[in-house]
Amino acid sequence: MSDSLLLLAMLVVPALGAAVVAALPGDREATAKQAALGVSLVVLVLAVLAALAFDPDGERFQLTSSVPWIPGFGVDFALGVDGIALVMLLLVGVLVPVVVLASWRDTSPGRRSMRTFFAWLLLLEACMVGVFAATDVFLFYVFFEAMLVPMYFIVGSFGGPRRQYAAVKFFLYSLVGGLVMLAAVIGLYVVSEAAGEGTFSFTALNDLDIDPTAQRLLFLGFFVAFAIKAPLVPLHTWLPDAGAEAPIGGAVLLVGVLDKVGTFGFLRYCLPLFPDASREFAPLVLVLAVAGILYAALLAMGQSDMKRLVSYTSIAHFGFIALGVFAFTTEAGTGAVLYMVNHGIATGLLFLVVGMLIARGGSRLVGDYGGVAAHAPKLAGVFLVAGLASLALPGTNSFVSEFLVLIGSFPTRPVFTVLATVGIVLAALYVLLLYQRTMHGPPRGVLFPADDDATAGTAVPEPGHAAGATAASPAGVTTTGTAGTATLTRAAGVATRVRDLSRREVAVVAPLVALVLVLGVYPQPLVRLVEPAVAATMSDVGAGTPDSSEGTD
Amino acid sequence: MDTGGLDTVAADGLLSAAWLVIALPLLGAAVLLLGGRRTDRFGHLLGTATVAAAFVVGLLCTVALAGSDQRSVAVDLFTFIGVGELDVRAGLLVDPLSATFVLLITGVGALIHVYSIGYMAHDPRRRRFFAYLNLFVAAMLLLVLGDNYVALYVGWEGVGLASYLLIAFWHERPAAATAAKKAFVMNRVGDVGLALAIFLMFAQLGTVSYEGVFGGIGTLAGGTVTAIGLLLLLGACGKSGQFPLQAWLPDAMEGPTPVSALIHAATMVTAGVYLIARSAPIYDLTPTARTVVLAVGALTLLIGAIAGCAYDDIKKVLAYSTVSQIGYMFLAVGLGPVGYAAGIAHLLTHGFFKAGLFLGAGSVMHAMDDQVDMRRFGGLARRLPVTFVTFGLGYLALIGFPFLSGYWTKDAIIEAALDRGGTSGWLLGAVAVVGAGLTAFYMTRLMLMTFLGRPRWTEGVHPHESPSVMTAPMVVLAVGSVAAGFLLVNVFPLDEWLSPVFGAPEEAEHVVAPAVVGIVVTAVVLVGVLAAWLFVGRREIPVVAPERVSPVTRAARQALYADAVNESLFMRPGQWLTRALVWVDNRGVDGAVNGLAATLGGSSSRLGRAQTGFVRSYALGMLGGAVVVAGALLAVTAG
Repeated sequence: MSDSLLLLAMLVVPALGAAVVAALPGDREATAKQAALGVSLVVLVLAVLAALAFDPDGERFQLTSSVPWIPGFGVDFALGVDGIALVMLLLVGVLVPVVVLASWRDTSPGRRSMRTFFAWLLLLEACMVGVFAATDVFLFYVFFEAMLVPMYFIVGSFGGPRRQYAAVKFFLYSLVGGLVMLAAVIGLYVVSEAAGEGTFSFTALNDLDIDPTAQRLLFLGFFVAFAIKAPLVPLHTWLPDAGAEAPIGGAVLLVGVLDKVGTFGFLRYCLPLFPDASREFAPLVLVLAVAGILYAALLAMGQSDMKRLVSYTSIAHFGFIALGVFAFTTEAGTGAVLYMVNHGIATGLLFLVVGMLIARGGSRLVGDYGGVAAHAPKLAGVFLVAGLASLALPGTNSFVSEFLVLIGSFPTRPVFTVLATVGIVLAALYVLLLYQRTMHGPPRGVLFPADDDATAGTAVPEPGHAAGATAASPAGVTTTGTAGTATLTRAAGVATRVRDLSRREVAVVAPLVALVLVLGVYPQPLVRLVEPAVAATMSDVGAGTPDSSEGTD
Repeated sequence: MDTGGLDTVAADGLLSAAWLVIALPLLGAAVLLLGGRRTDRFGHLLGTATVAAAFVVGLLCTVALAGSDQRSVAVDLFTFIGVGELDVRAGLLVDPLSATFVLLITGVGALIHVYSIGYMAHDPRRRRFFAYLNLFVAAMLLLVLGDNYVALYVGWEGVGLASYLLIAFWHERPAAATAAKKAFVMNRVGDVGLALAIFLMFAQLGTVSYEGVFGGIGTLAGGTVTAIGLLLLLGACGKSGQFPLQAWLPDAMEGPTPVSALIHAATMVTAGVYLIARSAPIYDLTPTARTVVLAVGALTLLIGAIAGCAYDDIKKVLAYSTVSQIGYMFLAVGLGPVGYAAGIAHLLTHGFFKAGLFLGAGSVMHAMDDQVDMRRFGGLARRLPVTFVTFGLGYLALIGFPFLSGYWTKDAIIEAALDRGGTSGWLLGAVAVVGAGLTAFYMTRLMLMTFLGRPRWTEGVHPHESPSVMTAPMVVLAVGSVAAGFLLVNVFPLDEWLSPVFGAPEEAEHVVAPAVVGIVVTAVVLVGVLAAWLFVGRREIPVVAPERVSPVTRAARQALYADAVNESLFMRPGQWLTRALVWVDNRGVDGAVNGLAATLGGSSSRLGRAQTGFVRSYALGMLGGAVVVAGALLAVTAG
């Protein structure tokens, strides 16, 4: 095997970084942040190097390295990437430094040092790299489970008021899924053992011919774990809680990357290893996928908590990804992989900007905001870009993936595709309702305490209010002023001026905004990386590009 | 192919730079949005300059196209999305149809940019306004220049975004914010149709390019072609404010008036007509879909005209007029080959006079402290002479006063409808003639209430004529309103120019002689004008709209209850459904799955208490699990 140490380095660097940050004395928070940022940037550079070293038309798995780990059971510490895993590594590489920078001013809700937070973050990065880069099923399982621990602590120690509940719920769901998958992993080994040599190597397992009954059972084992992770309805209810209670940085990585392990698992493990079962169960999965698109979109509209709302939109998006994967065409599959990346960027951006709003107002409720656009145009602009990417407007990255999923699914699955397409109307509704309620209208809510009773529910604010705005008050301020001071401030024509994005915040969102636009106009570089791997997967499952000259109706 | 429009050649020379037409306004938008306040001082100038420059490039391209033997030139830029069978190009198609639209968009667009310099002079966000206008122009140009349906779709939703941003430009006003959202969402309903049409084309033909689709459409089953035609029509109805998706357009008047002129009158809302005309090779094969287009057009032209008679808001009257006039254009293109050129001709003249009318309305609002209630106008002719004259010419052009623009292009549509023959021909012709009478009524009513009669101004209002930066574009458009129809019919015949796209114009067998049609229509228009004078001009106009009116008037004031229907059929049930589902998800699904998970993962009280100690026990559990795994593996290996 040709050895490349790049992937190993991507794994070891953040793991070591985590250890170093964790070992820092408790009062060295600034050093911890800088170290975390530095380490995550190194990983980003390594990811880019990996992408440059990767030949899309070459072997399926590249940058491989392997050492025997538990020789008795044929377990290897084997790393390698195909195009699909590679783009996920790139996503990890981009998102982690963004998250570090976004969490720069976060404070821990308890008395814990934020140093610990950054240490967990780096450990999480190492686990995420491992889970995508593993080419040994057992190793994949280890990372799949290990990933839970840092995320558990990120949610449980640094999250919102109900963080403990959310963290445990997240843990239990994942635990159940993980256990079921463990059984399937062992089952897979048993099957390989029966067929000759016991192995966990993906490549070897892929060559096996597994009998249909075993395929069904093993498929279900993996599927349940993945369907919990990238939650498909009805296994989704842990995500809104976790997404709402996680600190913003954690939520970005949870929804942006961690959940994609589920859809990645569909593509990497379910389809190639159990092709017959995949075809058999596809209608069921598609029902769940499309139900999720519509159901979660409707639920998103009904949420009053912004972070829950974004979580529900993600569940709808996972429905699109599952549709793309189980439509069994190269176009839809490629769309699904791009969707995984683009959703990480777009929803990551949406979570970040929602977090910036929450940092100013101290409330997660949609109803506590209003009219922000007039006072913080940059914040509103980024909010809109994130929202438009979320509703897959052409010109943003998400359009390319959603369009590919739908146009690629239509030839094989017209009915499901038509139903899913209705989802684009619902997406417009939930995004624009959120945007209108928080950004448009007269200024009101927690950010404009003095104006509360003056303008709430009335039409246009007096021009003087905006013009006479003075000193910014600190974020998180609430209506604690007595009636007397409120009258005073109103008489003086003072409205709280909302801080627009700071330079740090601009640095946080700028890379993602740029990616939204660049990948929306010129997605081909990503497509080139992904398409061969998807085509290989689809040929494993006995499908591929639909013969479009023959219609299916 | 019979239309000959498909013999496309690669561009060379000047035409290969056609992408500049789109790039210039796009660059303007980018600079103004990213440049921030630094560009405040010159933002309006830059924004206007980019569109003017795009017009010059567009004009040069059109001249080059007219001067060459090739009437269909492709500019292939790069692969937008290429996966498997799917190959979506970023490519442009310059042909007489797209060139015509480019001139309309950049020409009228540039004038409206100039006007906006004055209109938005005192708005602190003027730079942003110009950025959005530039963005709109770029997206609209992509819509008409793209050489495939996906490029059109990108422009299609791009103009939807620009429209959203501009309707909500004064977003502190809840009504503006709501109208913007409504416009976007109703457009998206239409977009579902357009998207599905594209999916169907790809599934059946493996391509989304005009060349490929039109080349292969003949091989498809009739039902499939009809389905594609109807789905495209759904998209067209959304964008063009046609029944049943018309209700967003009047609300869109919440945007600044130049926006209403450019986007919601002259260009964007005519995109549906463009889509159908561009897809002529599809519609030529499906009489069923064409019949539905006809029905939609006829119905909408009546709905718009009836509602236009009842409103007191000057912009809403013009908006319903737009709905109605686009109904005429749909009617025209629904007639098939005899009507395509007539529909586009009316689209062009309408672009001139309706943009002029809206700019005039903006000038009136400028003079009246942004009031829109015509009951508060009256007698403005003397105070706003330039506005009055230019607006008056636009008015005459719209109602079809002999030899002005509307006369030529609207009569051509009525003639074409009658030429269809049979009951449907007579019916459509009658609808179109009645529509012309209603148009004359509501526009005359508008003129009487605004410019003539006694002043009914609110106290403290001192009307004054707008600055020349605003009146100059109005004058240019007024000249266009007068002359464009004559020029397009008699001097530079549009049907010949467009013949590479739609086929050569044929001398039709007239059911009714054109002269007779002209006389009848003019007579009906006169009746409409007289009726308006009898009901409005002769009487004192109350400053508050009378409450006790006939059921017809009441229905017209509610725009025939379109909003009420939408609300009771979709909005309220949707809200109920959403609320119910939230309840179900929180109680039912979460409860059930939670219970299961809790049972599997430990005792449910643990989940409730959520102790940190739990993690320790989990760690222990993991260790135990690992031991079990190891044991299991050993057993397997040994056994």
